[in-house]
Amino acid sequence: MAELRLSKVRKTYGSTEVIKGVDLDVNKGEFVVFVGPSGCGKSTLLRMIAGLENITEGELWIGDELCNDIHPGDRGIAMVFQSYALYPHMTVSDNIAFNLKISGYSKEEREQKVQNAARILQIEHLLKRKPSQLSGGQRQRVAIGRAIVREPQVFLFDEPLSNLDAALRVEMRMELSALHRTLGATMIYVTHDQVEAMTLADKIVVLDAGIVQQVGEPIDLYQRPANLFVAGFIGSPKMNFFPVTVVARSAGHVDVEGVTIERVSVPTDPSGIEIGDQMTLGIRPQDLDYSPQGPVKGTIEMTERLGSETILNCKTEDGTSLLAVLGRDEKFEHGAQARFEFEPAQAILFNHEGTARYPDQALPD
Amino acid sequence: MSDIVGKKSGLVWATHLSVLALVIIWLIPTVGLFVSSFRDRDQISETGWWRSFLPVEQGLRGRASVDDVIVQGDTFVLTGSLFDDEEVLASVGEERPPITAFGNAGRNPGQFVAGEVADLGDGESLLVNPDGTYEYRLAEDPGNRGPRIYFFASTPPVFSFANYRTVLTADNMDRAFINTLTVTIPTTIIPILMAAFAAYALAWMDFRGRGFMIACIVGLLVVPLQLALVPALQMHNAVGIGQSFLGIWLAHTAFGLPLAVYLLRNYMIGLPRDIIESAKVDGATDFEVFLKIVLPLSFPALASFAIFQFLWTWNDLLVAKVFLPSAEEAKVMTVKIADDLLGSRGGDWGILATAAFVSIGVPLLVFFSLQRYLVRGLLAGSVK
Repeated sequence: MAELRLSKVRKTYGSTEVIKGVDLDVNKGEFVVFVGPSGCGKSTLLRMIAGLENITEGELWIGDELCNDIHPGDRGIAMVFQSYALYPHMTVSDNIAFNLKISGYSKEEREQKVQNAARILQIEHLLKRKPSQLSGGQRQRVAIGRAIVREPQVFLFDEPLSNLDAALRVEMRMELSALHRTLGATMIYVTHDQVEAMTLADKIVVLDAGIVQQVGEPIDLYQRPANLFVAGFIGSPKMNFFPVTVVARSAGHVDVEGVTIERVSVPTDPSGIEIGDQMTLGIRPQDLDYSPQGPVKGTIEMTERLGSETILNCKTEDGTSLLAVLGRDEKFEHGAQARFEFEPAQAILFNHEGTARYPDQALPD
Repeated sequence: MSDIVGKKSGLVWATHLSVLALVIIWLIPTVGLFVSSFRDRDQISETGWWRSFLPVEQGLRGRASVDDVIVQGDTFVLTGSLFDDEEVLASVGEERPPITAFGNAGRNPGQFVAGEVADLGDGESLLVNPDGTYEYRLAEDPGNRGPRIYFFASTPPVFSFANYRTVLTADNMDRAFINTLTVTIPTTIIPILMAAFAAYALAWMDFRGRGFMIACIVGLLVVPLQLALVPALQMHNAVGIGQSFLGIWLAHTAFGLPLAVYLLRNYMIGLPRDIIESAKVDGATDFEVFLKIVLPLSFPALASFAIFQFLWTWNDLLVAKVFLPSAEEAKVMTVKIADDLLGSRGGDWGILATAAFVSIGVPLLVFFSLQRYLVRGLLAGSVK
């Protein structure tokens, strides 16, 4: 049963539509990550779930309750803000107990719940301090503690780790993941960091321009992106795209060639694809391998030798750049012509609308 | 944070110097007022307060006594002591300050040095000794009124609490002090209470016409108070409040509200949005957000407005004159000082200085007790 359901949710500011009809089911205990570039509406969507923004159109269900017009405090949600948003004039324990106090819990209950949350987050020694006396990581823990004590149906996180330094971010990411397992709670998490998204999520929702581009498990999104946007957004470094023309088609295969790529036969369902169609071929940098006879051509502009791998930055004939990640250390001359080969089954063909074409056509749409 | 390692800007010195200059500029009149408040009226009119620790040359006048005139040929000789003269006695009392100079004409009262015989022409001469004894030789019979003698006596500096006694024990001054507090305390608290609610709504609650209301309040800031005095008083009379303390509370509250709302609203809108939203997600209603989050965090703004409003109502004369009854028992200190002390003793600088000093005492106390709330870093630790 869905713990949280968005149905044709829209948001407009005046004449600008920022959320253009989102449908989403979040199951109980699921860790859902909203990911997308800045301005894609992911934070707005989260704030609509929290009740901090009105829902212009559509329905928001949390549990069995239609929550469109319910006060944020009564929705059974708890939110952790990017800026922590601690109450600066209260001690840590008062911060954590703020909601409990408002909800009318007795002093003993409050203390017991605060102690409990503090133990989970290992901040018991900080309870008497003011937020100004805490480090960034500790503040983040307090903010999470404030959410935990409420025992909400759904946790909402708005880029909670983006203010932390890199090392702390990795640590807190693991702790969040552990916390999710411990509490077994439903969590919705907004980030622009795809590593966070890939590592934390049970389900990723990729948003762009207020539209859900794809929903799925992290590895599905990586291996079978639904369109050009998702293919380009998920995975690092970014996927290479080559404009190609269809030159031949047969059962289960389409032959394409382009300016920078010699004729290759890509396994896909050829239905609806005509000879002469303009398409885009996507190949991940990790799938390209250096080979003097390979079909992909480029001029090496820069190499990054990281020891375990070598990243080749090439310029193609039509001026676009091309990235290849070799899983070994190797020295290359700058300005040299290079050719790359790849396994055609790893490449993804996109039609002129940007939709991916797979051999089995089992597309989530 | 302010000083980048090892490098101290020359601006720091400029800042310190200008602060010092400001402190001195501010202190000089205050010290002057303070010193003057202990001085004697006559001494204040002779020398400035910065010379208050030096003896004062006080100009006096008396008449030569005609009680025992000795006639020597054509001349009439008058002798005696100036300090026996009634007029002199009235100003210096039993004291006998040394006389430094004298003269026989009011336009040049210190023409001659004490102890030397002054030739006045026409066979007349005058000698005044420092101890006050004199010998006046006249060519004509003085009749029954002796001629004038003007002189300067060097009086030592006098400091006393006499002025304070006068000011504090003036008729009903204690009553006036209580009246002033009766006006200032409610007129400081009422606008803050009202303005804080309004400011929160204007800053953080979404409703139609909010922008228009803010614009109106900014507009009200520039309405001169004088414009509203008569209509407001007429309205008070019409509804039966008339001239009363309730009336002046309402008047001061109304005149103070636009600034209060404007100041507080601008401060509150600067609080981090996330804190307020977080409190809402935590289940707080607008009232709880206001009471438990916004109000405690707005203390610096509340304190600065409280100081402004208190000082303004404490020093106010105009509104008090208009909205309070003119009866003696309703006079506030400013009215009391202006009417009673200045009206009857306009030239009495000692009283003026003392009254001024007494009336800045309380505002200073208020300022120093509230200034600890004017702190920076109140929001530290709340948001990154």
